[in-house]
This record gives sequence, structure tokens and C-alpha cells, in this order.
Amino acid sequence: MIRYALTRSALLLLGLFVASALIFFTLRVLPGDVAQLIAGINSTPEQIAAIQQRLGLDQPLPVQYATWIGGILTGDLGESMLTGTPVASELAQKAQVTIPLGLLSMTVAIVIALPFGVLSAIRRGRADGTALNVGAQAVAAVPVVWAGMMLVVVFAVWLGWLPAQGFPRSGWSDPGAALRALLLPAITIGVIEGAMLLRFVRSATLQAVGEDFVRTAAAKGLTRTQALIRHGLPTVGLSIITVLGLQVAGIIVGAVVIEQLFTLPGIGRMLVADVSNRDLLKVQGELLVLTSFVLIVGFLVDLAHRAIDPRQREAE
Amino acid sequence: MTRFAWLRRLWALSTGRFGLLVAAGIAVVAIAARFWTPFNPQRVDIAGRWAPPGWPHLLGTDGSGRDILSLLMAGAGTTLRVAVGAAVVATVIGIILASLGALTARWIRESVAVVVDILIAFPVLIIAMMISAVWGGSLWVVIISVGIGFGVNVARVTRPELRRVLHSDFVLAGRASGLTPFQNLWRHLLPNVAPVFIVQLSWAMAVAVLAEAGLSYLGFGAPVTEPSWGLLLKDLQAYITVYPLTVVWPGLAITLTVLGLNLLGDGLREATDPTLSPRRAAHHVPEVVA
Repeated sequence: MIRYALTRSALLLLGLFVASALIFFTLRVLPGDVAQLIAGINSTPEQIAAIQQRLGLDQPLPVQYATWIGGILTGDLGESMLTGTPVASELAQKAQVTIPLGLLSMTVAIVIALPFGVLSAIRRGRADGTALNVGAQAVAAVPVVWAGMMLVVVFAVWLGWLPAQGFPRSGWSDPGAALRALLLPAITIGVIEGAMLLRFVRSATLQAVGEDFVRTAAAKGLTRTQALIRHGLPTVGLSIITVLGLQVAGIIVGAVVIEQLFTLPGIGRMLVADVSNRDLLKVQGELLVLTSFVLIVGFLVDLAHRAIDPRQREAE
Repeated sequence: MTRFAWLRRLWALSTGRFGLLVAAGIAVVAIAARFWTPFNPQRVDIAGRWAPPGWPHLLGTDGSGRDILSLLMAGAGTTLRVAVGAAVVATVIGIILASLGALTARWIRESVAVVVDILIAFPVLIIAMMISAVWGGSLWVVIISVGIGFGVNVARVTRPELRRVLHSDFVLAGRASGLTPFQNLWRHLLPNVAPVFIVQLSWAMAVAVLAEAGLSYLGFGAPVTEPSWGLLLKDLQAYITVYPLTVVWPGLAITLTVLGLNLLGDGLREATDPTLSPRRAAHHVPEVVA
């Protein structure tokens, strides 16, 4: 286990390095442009040079990269080229919307996927099982934006239960209103992610049905469903953990689109605005945070899976 | 005859048949729309705006009086171009990475595998954001980002397959009879991993359709002059409270196309791999990008 943890940590560090280098050098392929963009079209060469010097853009690229990484290690993600606000503090503020949104979406996804996935596997070949499976296929093909729009039409426009857009200006000081604002966006992401997760749960359950220990339990007097629930479901749970990393990536992507649709002041909406404004220094910090997050979740998932799953331990 | 046996097997599967029909349908509509649409999709007709579905506007009109059916037909062309483009890019990247990862010296092989494992963690949307931050948005952003994102995926799936085929007799025989490594790759290795490849490409195209819609919606995809399903969604969003029905059509078009391509991939996998049990076929879950 310790050996595995060490190799996996090395891989994580390598991953973070490759990701940061990739983001940095992709965003700097047009080095002159950054200063030009800030200064505007009518700027003199002297103004551009001054800006380059202020932002450290006159340094060679590897030096700039090292400075950037050095800053990150001390908690400094750089600052916006346009407004000068530090990226880290703005991210922390926007995370107050995006992280609850992500957690809620994940909850919705699991609440949908777990019972219905198991059900669609148990009822495989019957009308309801097939309907669940086909339904999940279809929902997984729905674009998130459109799902959001349809839910807005039903729950905000027709029924008037939930707000169609926006987030309370006072933030979480009014938890009820904040939660209501996040409910529809979270359901949107959660339903689509849930449909995908459902198919994982289904195939994991089908696999569990065929396992020897489930068959044995059934042979010893439990009904097949009892045996599956008591002895098979733990393995289903394990296989869900392995796709958690994928789910997190899916939710981040969903949040970028959905925050736009529901005008939520979160990280995704900020990222879209910064990319549109070509605020490269800020985009670079934001993208690094998001990809690092995905990589770290993948790392934790692998470690947890290794620690929990007895079959993985024996393999060592 | 045996060459096309997989096609018959594909047709015999309900998923494969559905996927094949949808994909063919979209392609036919996309090509037909180049020559004929019921109305000029970009023709503005203020007097006839927000017409409900009926005659002559079968699906109604939008806020500037453009015929929605014509817009959808023209949008199919954009979608098809992006999907095929992304598949081509994914193929090129996939073949290069898989070949590097399977056929080169050990240290190159292992490093390529590690890099592929890292790149796979990059969601397509993040790649797209990186590209549009530097070069601005366009349909190329969608093609390149899905191409890279899925090329990496393709490489990961194809690599072990390539390694397996590499040690088979006919490849050894090819080498013994004097084929260069490249000739051997082209004549013996690639044809044998093609089934795995084609399945991945089908899924890549589904992701490309979703990505085009999502990125165009965010403003990083199709330019406003281009007919696009994602742009149409964006245009109609502002009036969703008043004319909710108009938003239904582009969404249905996207969902149907993505579902068709996903099922085509599932069917192809089942049809080309006789060893695959239905249980394992259930494992595939497409990546969500937008």
C-alpha cells in the first residue's frame, strides 16, 4: 500500500507539472499579444514595454514559468491583467457558489443513479428495466444547456416553484434563498450526470450478480435479490468510487455551462468571462486550479479504492 | 462477403440499426440543406416572427422571423462538419500516440503512456477554453479540442490492442519477409486495430456534437453568421419564458444526433468484437462535455 501510494504520488506530481506547463506554454504562444491586449490598439511601443516589464513578460519563458509556479506554491495565483485583482481571492469568493453547486449536483446524481441503476439491473430484460436503461441512454445524450432550459420552462415558468435565474446578492447570509437559487441548476447537472452514472451502476450490478459469492449466498437460502443487496452491493459501491473522478470532471464542465445559463456568480461563469476578455494571466490561474482539482480527486479516488477494496490488496 | 459481415451484424442489432439510421439521416439532411431548405435559413422577416408551428413554417419561426426548420437543416451541416473534423483530428492524434506508445523503444513507450494518462484528465471543455483564450472562438476550437481530447482516449484504448497484434504471427511474418516497420504498421497492424478505433470515433463524434452545441452556446464555437444548433439555443434562450416551444426543436435535434452516434458506437463494438459479452458492452459511458 505504501509503495503504491508513493508511486501514485509521484505520478500526481508529474501530472501537476505537465498540466501546469501545458497551460502556461499554450497561453503564451503569443507573448507580445498579452501586453498589446492590455495597452489597447493605440498604444506606443514604450507603453507596451512598460506593461511587459510590470507583468514580467520581458523575462524568458522558463523564468516566467518558474516565477508563476513559485508564486503558486506560496498561495499567489497571480492577478488579473485587466483589473489587477488577485486571482486567488476571487476564486475563493466564487467557490462559495460553485462548490455547493457541485456537491448538490453530485448528491442528485447519486440519489438517482444508485437505486435506479440497481433496479434496472435486477429487472433486466423486463419492461421496466429496459425502460430505465433506454431512458438513461437518452438522458445522457441531452445537452446540459437544453436540459436546463427545459427545467426552467417547467419549474420556473409554468409552476413558478423555483427562480429561473440569479443568485441572492447577499450570498449565503440568506441560506434558504441561496439554496433555492442553486436547486434547479444542481438538478440539471445531477440528472444528466446521474443518467451516466446509472449505466455504470447497472453494469457493476450485473457483474455482481454473476460473482461467486453472490451465487453462493443465494444457494445458501437467500433470495437472489437479498443476496445481491447484502453481498453484491459493496462491490457496486467500489466500482462507483472509481468513476467518481470522471464524475467530478463532468460536473465541473456542467457547472461552466449551467452557471452561464442561470447567471450564477461562480467559477465557471468567471472563467467564461475571462476567456472572452482574453485575460490570459487570470485564465491561466483558473485553469490550473480546475485541472489540479481533477487530478487530485483522481489521485484520492485511486488511493481510497486501493485501501478499501480487498481484491486490490491481494493483488500486491 | 465476409468483409462486410460486421455490417450485417450491426444492422441486426437494434442499437446499431437505430444509430446507423440516425447518422445516415443527419448526413443526408446536412448534404441536402446545401442545395435546398424550405426557406433561406438567414432570411429575416420581422412581420412573420414567432410564428407557431404550422404551414408554411413547419416548426415555426424565431425572433427575427427565420424559419426554424431551415435553420436546423443548415445547422446539421455545421454539426456534421465539426463531427467529421473532430474524428479526423482524433484519428491522426490517436494513431501517432498509440504507435509511439506501442512500437518504439521502451523509455519512449512508457513516457508516452504516462503523458496520455495525464492528458486524459483534461476535460474537452478545458482544452477548448485554453485554445479560445489565445486564438478566440471558432468552429476550429471545437474540432481541435474534441480531436485532442478524444485522440488521447483513442490512443489509450488502441495501445494495448496494438501491442497484442504486434506479437501475432502475421506481423512477424511481415517483418521476416522484409516489410519496413512503417509498411508493417500500415498493412497489418492498423487494419487489425481498426474496429476498436472506429468504435471510439463514433463516440468522439457524439461528444463533438455536444461540444459544438455547448461551446457555441458559450460563444467560443460557431460565429454568429454560421447556422448552428448551439447558437440557436443561445438566441432563443432570452425568449424562453414567452416562446418555450421554439427551444424544444434544436435541443431535440442535438439529443437525437448524440443518441444515434452513441448507439452506433455501442452497436459497432458489439458487431465487430465477437468475444464481447453483452454484459461488458454495458460498460461504456460517454463523457459529458457540454
